[in-house]
Amino acid sequence: MSLQDKYKELLDAAKSLGVGNLQAREQNNVLYVDGEAPSGAVKDQLWDIYNKLDPDFRSADLVMNINVSTMVAGSKAVVTTQTSNLNIRKGPGTDQPIVGKAAHQETVTLVSKTNDQWWLIRTNAGAEGYASAQYLSPQN
Amino acid sequence: MKKHGSFLAIVLVFLFPAFLVTSCKEKDSDIQASVQSALKDNPDMAGLSASVQDGVATLTGECKDESIKSSVETIVGKIKGVKQVVNNCTIAAPPPAPAPVVISADDALTKAVADATKDYPGVKTAVKDGVITLTGDIKKADLKKLMMTLNSLKPKKIDNQLVIK
Repeated sequence: MSLQDKYKELLDAAKSLGVGNLQAREQNNVLYVDGEAPSGAVKDQLWDIYNKLDPDFRSADLVMNINVSTMVAGSKAVVTTQTSNLNIRKGPGTDQPIVGKAAHQETVTLVSKTNDQWWLIRTNAGAEGYASAQYLSPQN
Repeated sequence: MKKHGSFLAIVLVFLFPAFLVTSCKEKDSDIQASVQSALKDNPDMAGLSASVQDGVATLTGECKDESIKSSVETIVGKIKGVKQVVNNCTIAAPPPAPAPVVISADDALTKAVADATKDYPGVKTAVKDGVITLTGDIKKADLKKLMMTLNSLKPKKIDNQLVIK
């Protein structure tokens, strides 16, 4: 069974839920799925289907990189740290000095995207600097 | 009588060529219609168009490949009334091959994986040739979020050996 068949439900869902720039490429027995989900909820839904087809993501045969298209410069995002404050740094990297904090669940403005891991953000209090993309989620 | 005859001659001289011209035109348009319907009947040729003048059919449009281009010429050439086929069809460029998947270099990936997992003290990671290997343990509720982050780092693959608590 090809990987496109194994993950057919996922790919079909991505299409029907309006994932843009959808790409599914198979290379060395790994399926790479890239695309832009119209909302965080759609991304979540796709990940739930992935988890259903490959329980606990054990097979190491899919790399799914789905961005949320509302996460663009100029829009707002929510700080989704586990509980703590989010560090705002001088540059994009955990080795960079901390220049400010954003609170857990605070809404911040996305200024520009440095790369897949770092965003330049601005808090409502005016603090500006780099924050790790993994703690920034689309507003619902 | 003579007057009558010259009148007939005038009629013949003026009207007959006119009749010829119109009949010829009609014929071209008839041929064109049958060429077009022949093209329409074949899904590979539906996008092509044809014009016919003096029995010469000119084909334009984009064919998927060379064999369709030559078969359309044969088909049109057999249509009644077509004296010649001018095949101006172009061949469509092949669809671009998908770009190869970009895999992060180990140095950048190792750093990004360390950042991504620093909130999960039970998770141990190793990165080699783009493959992220996860060992240790994690809470079930955290697994999806961690996997979402790791999947966005452009790894070759993720070997998840985590024990789920």
